[in-house]
Parts: sequence; C-alpha cells; structure tokens
Amino acid sequence: MRLIRWLIAAALLTGAAFWWLTGPRPLPDDATADLVGDAGRGETVFWAAGCASCHAAPGAKGAARLVLAGGYRIESPFGTFVAPNISPSPQGIGGWSTQDLANALIAGVSPDGRHYYPALPYTTYTRMTLQDVANLKAYLDTLPPSDSPSAAHELGFPFNVRRGLGLWKRLNLSPDWVLEAGDDPQLRRGRYLVEALGHCAECHTPRDALGGLDVARWMQGAPNPSGKGRIPPLTPDKLTWSAADIAYYLETGFTPDYDSAGGEMAQVVENLAHLSAEDRLAIAAYLKALPGPAAD
Amino acid sequence: MKPLTLFAAVAIAFSAPMALAQDGPSAQEKARQGMMRIMALNMGVLGGMAKGEVTYDAARAQKAADTLVAVSMIDQSNLWPEGTDNDSSMHTGALAAIWEKPDDFAKAWMAFGEAAKGLQAAAGNGREALGPAMGGAGKSCKGCHEMFRAKPK
Repeated sequence: MRLIRWLIAAALLTGAAFWWLTGPRPLPDDATADLVGDAGRGETVFWAAGCASCHAAPGAKGAARLVLAGGYRIESPFGTFVAPNISPSPQGIGGWSTQDLANALIAGVSPDGRHYYPALPYTTYTRMTLQDVANLKAYLDTLPPSDSPSAAHELGFPFNVRRGLGLWKRLNLSPDWVLEAGDDPQLRRGRYLVEALGHCAECHTPRDALGGLDVARWMQGAPNPSGKGRIPPLTPDKLTWSAADIAYYLETGFTPDYDSAGGEMAQVVENLAHLSAEDRLAIAAYLKALPGPAAD
Repeated sequence: MKPLTLFAAVAIAFSAPMALAQDGPSAQEKARQGMMRIMALNMGVLGGMAKGEVTYDAARAQKAADTLVAVSMIDQSNLWPEGTDNDSSMHTGALAAIWEKPDDFAKAWMAFGEAAKGLQAAAGNGREALGPAMGGAGKSCKGCHEMFRAKPK
C-alpha cells in the first residue's frame, strides 16, 4: 500500500516536472511595449530573414512574392510542414500585435500560448533585436492581404505532440552567438545577418539525431533534408571564393565561373539581391571568418 | 538451352543496360552542356567587366553579348529527348520537371533570350550599363535552374 502511494507520488512529480519543463516560455508582457516600428528598415529585415522563401505561394515571382499566402511544403525526416498564411488578413496574422510577432520569432510561441515547430527558424530569429521585430511588423502590415486558409502540417506521432517541443527548445534554443566577432563592425553586421536573420545554418549545418543544429560543425555542409544530394559547406577551407565573389553571387546568382544558383538557393539570392551592397559584403566577411573543421 | 548458356544469356541481358548507363553522356547531353559552357564563358567576359575585374572594352563586350543572343536562338527541339533527365541518366542535372512542364520550360528558355537581348542592347554603352543587364541575365539563369536543374554533383 505504501509502495503504491509512493509510486503515485513519483508519477505525479514526474508529470509535474515534464509539464514544467515543456511549457512555452513567452517574453515578458511588456517586452515590446515602447517600440515603434519603421517599415523601411523592416523591409531590409524581411529580405534578409528570407520570409518570402517559405511564406510566398510556391512558384510566385516578382511582386507576387509579397503576397504571403503560404503553402510551401518543407519535407523533413519528422514529416511535412506547410508554411502558413502570414499576410495581414484574418486568415493570416492580421490581428497580431508586435508582441505576438516577437513571441513567435524569438520564443517560438504562438499568440494562444502553444509551441511553434522549429520549421519556423526561431532558433535563428531568437537573436533578432526586438526593434527589428517591430520594424518587420510595420513592414508586414504594408503587404497585400491573402484569404488563402493555412493548411495543417502532416506529422505522425510523436512529432504531432507540440508539448514535447518544450524539451527540444531547452536543448536547442539559445540566443548566444556562434562566431566570436570582436568589435569589427562589418563582421558584427555580417554575423547579425547570418546568425539572426538569414538562417543559412538551418541548411548548411548538419543536425543531430533530435534535429538540433550541431554547432560544433557550424556551416560545414549537411545532407539535404529533402533527401536528394548534399548542401555544400561554407567554411573558407571549402568555399574558396573571394569575399567580392561571394557578394556578387548573393546579388546575381553567378558563381565565379558563371554557373548560376539553382534550387532553393535561387530564392535566397532573389531575397538578398534586395539588400545593400555593404550588407552582402558583410555576409561575405562573416563567411570568410568562419573556422574550418577541427583537425582530428 | 544449356544451363551455362542460359546463365550467359541472362548475364548479358542484365549487363547490357548497365554498360549503356556507364557510357559517357549522350550526344544531346554533351551538346546541352557545351551550350551552357559557351553561355558561361561569355557571361564571364561581361561579368568580369561589370565587376571591374577586367577593363571595359566595348567591342569585346558587344561580341560576348551577341554570342549570348546567338545561343538563345539555337533550336532546342532536338536537344531534350526523353530519358535524358537525371533520374534516368547519371550525366545530367536536367530534372524530370522539364518533360513534365514543357510550357514552363519553354518560357524559362525564352526569358533567357529576352535577357540576352537586354545585354546586347547595353553592352556597348559603358561599364555602368552592364551591371543591371547582368542582373537581368542572372535572374533568367536562376529562374530556370531553380525549377529545372538539380545541383551538379
């Protein structure tokens, strides 16, 4: 009898610990209270963060990429994620406050207090400044609305249980920078563009068994999550292009021997072409500063 | 048929397609890749000038742009036979989407033709005019490679 009571108590404690460990941890309620967004700066954030790559309708070109109707399918070993409508409409995020957007991007938490899946790369965006979240919100509000309904993700058990993501986030959601940038302003800007907005690492860094980025092998190339081929390494021992060549590639899609970007990278270039030449050079400076693989 | 002959026949039947698959690229695949290399070479002449790595030379720029327009006029109808996609052949990055969406593919190729004409019009007008025209050309390259080419191995 005493044993049963003890077991029940242990089960309750474990349950409570699980509940506490897996709970969403949104930002403080007043985190964005004093911020006023600047839509012009928000446009830079929008292109640098690559929002349109997933949230524009698949196949959209030119101005149509500003209609963030969703529908892009991200295939992963855990199932298929479908990017939602994030246009300023009732089907999108029309009713959101800046605080809601900050919770989504920095804490990975929805307005109704649930975990988002990291298919939304909040493991990157968590390093964004709150001011840039406000700027992005101001810009998103200027974009055309779409009334396309968002589709559900296609995930099997246990990945369809959002609560479990709380544990995953405790392991993988960190606002710390990966590269030591010192006080070189160009390198710091490049680091912000790459590690807080551009989410290059989400494809170019290999993942561990739980789907977290293996920071020890930062940007060293990885299998393509969609199954075909490999995503190339970006460390300077492998990507030997000059900084000017990297910047030109990010602007036009041309490699130094005038092959061109294809696949998903074509979309990335489409986005980064909207940045200033200084910003593209800052990204190049960051890549040139990456450490190569550790000798072993 | 003796067992050994049967074995030999089966072995040959299985090895023949293997041998075919290991032969080099088909004539069409070679022609396509040569065409792309001529494009890259001439893009390189113009890109080098646009980037400022090579001194701008109006006559050289014009020849490169004219060559790109000429390539855009190569008849594509016998370059893309069935069975030369990268699921069927190890020598090509051409995706099956080319054969599944022929209209989109034709449109993407025509977009290159338009971009090449843009370069032809801009090439003689000084280094500054090359940049935007190269941007347009880059867009057409990406636009096609995004949908229709697998990353080369």
